[in-house]
Amino acid sequence: MTGGKLLKNRNVGFRYSLPMGLWFTLFFLLPLAIIISYSFMKKGLHGGVEYSFSLNAYIQMMNASYGKLFVRTLWVTFLATLISIILALPCGYAMARSKNQTLLLFLIIIPFWTNSLIRINAWIAILGNQGFINETLRNLGLIKESLPLLYNQSAVILVLVYMYLPYAILPVFTAMDKFDFSLLEAARDLGATKSQSMFKVLLPNVRSGIVTAIIFTFIPIFGAYTVPLLVGGKDSYMIGNVIVDQVTKVRNWPLASAFSMIITLVSTAGVLWMMGTSAREAAKNKAAKSKMEASV
Amino acid sequence: MSKSFGTFHALDDANIKIEKGEFFSLLGPSGCGKTTLLRIIAGFETPDVGVVSFDGKNIIGIDPNKRQSNTVFQNYALFPHLSVFENVAFPMRIRKENKKDIERKVMEYLHLVQLDAHVNKKPNQLSGGQKQRVAIARALINEPSVLLLDEPLSALDAKLRSNLLVELDKIHDQIGITFIYVTHDQSEALSVSDRIAVMNQGKVLQIGSPFEIYENPATEFVAKFIGETNLFDSRVVECEPYKNNEFMCTLDVPALGKTIKVTDYDKTEPGQQISFTVRPEKVRITLEEPHKSDRELNVFRGIVEEPVYSGFQSKFFVKLDNGTELKVFKQHQNYLEDGPEIAWKDTVYVSWSANDGYIVEVINQ
Repeated sequence: MTGGKLLKNRNVGFRYSLPMGLWFTLFFLLPLAIIISYSFMKKGLHGGVEYSFSLNAYIQMMNASYGKLFVRTLWVTFLATLISIILALPCGYAMARSKNQTLLLFLIIIPFWTNSLIRINAWIAILGNQGFINETLRNLGLIKESLPLLYNQSAVILVLVYMYLPYAILPVFTAMDKFDFSLLEAARDLGATKSQSMFKVLLPNVRSGIVTAIIFTFIPIFGAYTVPLLVGGKDSYMIGNVIVDQVTKVRNWPLASAFSMIITLVSTAGVLWMMGTSAREAAKNKAAKSKMEASV
Repeated sequence: MSKSFGTFHALDDANIKIEKGEFFSLLGPSGCGKTTLLRIIAGFETPDVGVVSFDGKNIIGIDPNKRQSNTVFQNYALFPHLSVFENVAFPMRIRKENKKDIERKVMEYLHLVQLDAHVNKKPNQLSGGQKQRVAIARALINEPSVLLLDEPLSALDAKLRSNLLVELDKIHDQIGITFIYVTHDQSEALSVSDRIAVMNQGKVLQIGSPFEIYENPATEFVAKFIGETNLFDSRVVECEPYKNNEFMCTLDVPALGKTIKVTDYDKTEPGQQISFTVRPEKVRITLEEPHKSDRELNVFRGIVEEPVYSGFQSKFFVKLDNGTELKVFKQHQNYLEDGPEIAWKDTVYVSWSANDGYIVEVINQ
């Protein structure tokens, strides 16, 4: 009896997912569709678009200086992500083995309570010519001229790492927290050195956490614009800055949309890669499982 | 060797010598320090005081990966991301041995633990018993001089446990290396060990063969922990030389209401407080009074309070005339040997020879 009832209500999931679906359609799919269509239109005279098909935006984008910009954005994003992951691994490890996990998690979350612009400006106060570091070094008599710490690519990478490190630490910590640390003892017992036990046993077992951390840092950093705008120089412009300039100053909306497409495509590629790795792992496990069932 | 964690003394002046090729068990209740001792031997802990010598060389301070011992962990500690084959191959891959050797040797050891059919499975697709076999193969493939086993069977069900125990014993006979086996299960330790060290509260109480440990326990704790027994506080009245270098001692046992006779290898000074113990299966239970002529026989009369029949044997709780309760196990054989059945509330005679009781030390514990 109950079986029949269940069968009748089989499609109940659709009704439950309706609010979520509406939300996504209104605030995600629709804007995305607008951006896609704008990128294929002619630019309006004072901003906006003319509703006629054109590949102008993409043709404008095929430009050596934009190519350089794209490569630079990728490079900065790559470095900032890499540094974040390298820092997140020991942090996550220490947190997973700590007795004060709640406190440490709390400390990771605290920065989110402050507006990101204020936090970026704090770095300007630290790195600037009259900033904390330069003043201290001058007072110690170590330097006469201020060191150029601000308004360059290194400052951008430093602040990007600072901003997005929590997003790398949290998934790494979650994965490490589930890791059975007695496996490291087993590895050592079987002849592995300390670093071998880390690379051959710990890292493969927290892989999913690392992949998530890469996605969580790479995607927002790739689209970043406030950090390069505030602490970067002319040579550290990223795609995000160009999009803002094209919308607000040059008023070339199709070109801005075309650049947005690039960010969306790169991000989507990253998410697909992540889903691919987890799907491959699941498939591998499933194959092994069915093999076992067949052999039984 | 001593080791403390904070104010807790995990190991208190423990001293053990293990011979090459021995199946040696560390036996004791949980928290007695046996696992700490094993972890010190493996290199995961460092003792506060003391040394671990291997072939005459002190190995304290040597990293676990450079020691000639391998460990089988209680929770198996298999690498979840690697297949059965790769788990067992792990030590060889670390040593960067060539592929053909790895293939051959891994299969050889998987065959030893009868896992040939499960080579490509992941650990989460194995049963508990299979996991432990993988762990054993993985620990053996390095050809260690010593295999350390940390309660390897405690997570398995009873039947599997006894099967795997027999297999472990076979593997030990086959490869002939030293096994150091940590367990809290006295029957496991008794059935496979060459020698056993009984530990409690960080101290080694007795080291000996299973026979010695069971038949001649050194302390009250050992007598109680290994098997079942009857224990009574007693005072030595006198000890006289007796045959076979033994002494015949007379004990005053308040709980039994009179003096009893017991033989012992050591001469105990009169007046000393000791414990007297006799195993329930060493006590005879009869409906008729045994011949009193034998002066080495201790005889008491009592009433059967609670007979527990369990097939091949019966357990009786006999309330002696003075109110003390005594545990007696009777092995069933046949009618000629057993005589008429003993039932609830029967008046019976319990008796044991002076050779079957022991004097054990009382240690404050």
